[in-house]
Amino acid sequence: MADPIIVTEGLTRRFGDTVAVDGLALEVYPGEVFGFLGHNGAGKTTTVRLLNGVLTPSDGHARILGLDPMTDGPALRRLTGVLTETPSLDERLTARVNLSIYADLYGVSKTEVKRRVDQLLAAFDLTERADDKVGEYSKGMKQRLALARTVIHQPTLLFLDEPTAALDPVAARQVHAMILSTAREGRTVFINTHNLVEAQRMCDRVGVMEHGRLVALGTPHELARSLARNVSVEFELAPGSAEQAMTALQAMPVQVSAGQRNGTVLVSGAEREAIPDLIDRLVSAHVRIYQVTPQEPTLEDVYFALHSDAEVKQ
Amino acid sequence: MNWRAIWAIMRKDLRVVLQNKGVVLPIILLPVILFVVLPLLVLLLPAALGSTGAGSNDLQELLAMVSPGLRSQLEGLDPDAAGAVFFLVYMLAPLFLIVPIMVSNVIAADSFVGEKERKTLEALLYTPTTDGELLMGKLLSAWLPALLVSLLGYVLYSITANLAAAQLVGRPLFPNLIWTVMVVWVAPAAAAFGLTSMMLVSVRAKTFQDAYQTGSLVVLPVLILLLGQAVGVIYFSVWLTLLLGLGLWVVSLVLLYFGKRTFHRTELIAQL
Repeated sequence: MADPIIVTEGLTRRFGDTVAVDGLALEVYPGEVFGFLGHNGAGKTTTVRLLNGVLTPSDGHARILGLDPMTDGPALRRLTGVLTETPSLDERLTARVNLSIYADLYGVSKTEVKRRVDQLLAAFDLTERADDKVGEYSKGMKQRLALARTVIHQPTLLFLDEPTAALDPVAARQVHAMILSTAREGRTVFINTHNLVEAQRMCDRVGVMEHGRLVALGTPHELARSLARNVSVEFELAPGSAEQAMTALQAMPVQVSAGQRNGTVLVSGAEREAIPDLIDRLVSAHVRIYQVTPQEPTLEDVYFALHSDAEVKQ
Repeated sequence: MNWRAIWAIMRKDLRVVLQNKGVVLPIILLPVILFVVLPLLVLLLPAALGSTGAGSNDLQELLAMVSPGLRSQLEGLDPDAAGAVFFLVYMLAPLFLIVPIMVSNVIAADSFVGEKERKTLEALLYTPTTDGELLMGKLLSAWLPALLVSLLGYVLYSITANLAAAQLVGRPLFPNLIWTVMVVWVAPAAAAFGLTSMMLVSVRAKTFQDAYQTGSLVVLPVLILLLGQAVGVIYFSVWLTLLLGLGLWVVSLVLLYFGKRTFHRTELIAQL
């Protein structure tokens, strides 16, 4: 495996008595789409600020792309692109001017600026409105423009802070497509989100933050397997067998209910290892089974399982 | 220093400022009122109303109050000409300083506080610019336009005043040494004073309007100068003008020192 491009050890940031980020230890590898999950106020935005050298850590340290954010801030920020939680665009200026100013700020070669701006306007479907003031744009257009600005200098590492918050589903889908296309170009993407569907769909690995602490780390699948203790299982049965199945399973330590589809029974609260026993029990009761579908826990299940754990620990 | 980045910050700030009527109107109206309307009113209105203009009794009383140094400058002139010189060269000189102060102050309010209010600062903080480049870009975007407006205002004022006073004095009043020192030495210092004081105000101000209102207090020293000259405590000699410029530069540097201490992205991001 390649060397990690984000490494943090004991990274901590306090604001007065509040610990926003608490001893963060994290590694992110080149080419990954890494999701950083957590509620509002969990410490995600503070982490991005610390990793880009715009906020000083109270303790611990970080190395991003081999650079120390606090001492090599300008050099580091030349290699990273950050999409802030609000688009942070100059709404009194046009999209073209917004992009060309940031191209200058990021040191894009003077001869390249016009070509790069035109290319991004086209790639993000903004060419027709390029000379309109950004204040006249929809939220989705603003977010696309902000994303275009984030990649204007072709950064190696992208930080996206809640990229689809407050967008309607259509705009969110467009932004997702653009993020994935950016990731396919070989960039590493670090996404802060509390949108679990987004994380599950887009991220190779996720870290879950809770009150400033990293409480889980892994692929969405790994987390689901390790943290969600129980699964739900849907049994598709021969017509008219549902009652018989529910009676047969009554003695088992599970919850049984009629499934959403006709002729199905949903068993929930079962451990994964109990699935063969459930099938045995139904077969013994002469229930004809057409199909057994374990419903894998989602990242959402994991997230809420972790959240309730953290609440208990508090 | 990365001057391309500094220029980009200036370009961004100035383009944004030019879209804000709350900033552009004072920048246009103030010089027009001070440099065109006021001298015309002072010189032409009394005559139009049928009074004896600058030679009225009230003016004679006022001239009697001015400092001996200033009175000596007006000796040998007939009363109307003395009145014209008194108003155009001396009385309105302190008011000239309002222009660089207010222009830099109002642009700085939009640049420093308006950017926070519009939530556009955060993206800027994530760029590879250093804190020094960011500060330089913002200072120059307020300071240079203030100088430009002051210079244009001075040219406008010289033309208006020379035309208005031509009959009374019989010679052009501008350019003259005092006003040249004002434009070259004091106005840049006054612009620096206007913007560095706004730097300090911007640390606490949440909105452009808050900053603008609080920042407007910087014209108080100018009003004190005006009053001081009217009651005969001071008069605008070349030496006083040079000294005034020096004082403003020193105060501005002190304010810059304190302002710079809070102008770090690590501090700025915490204010968002």
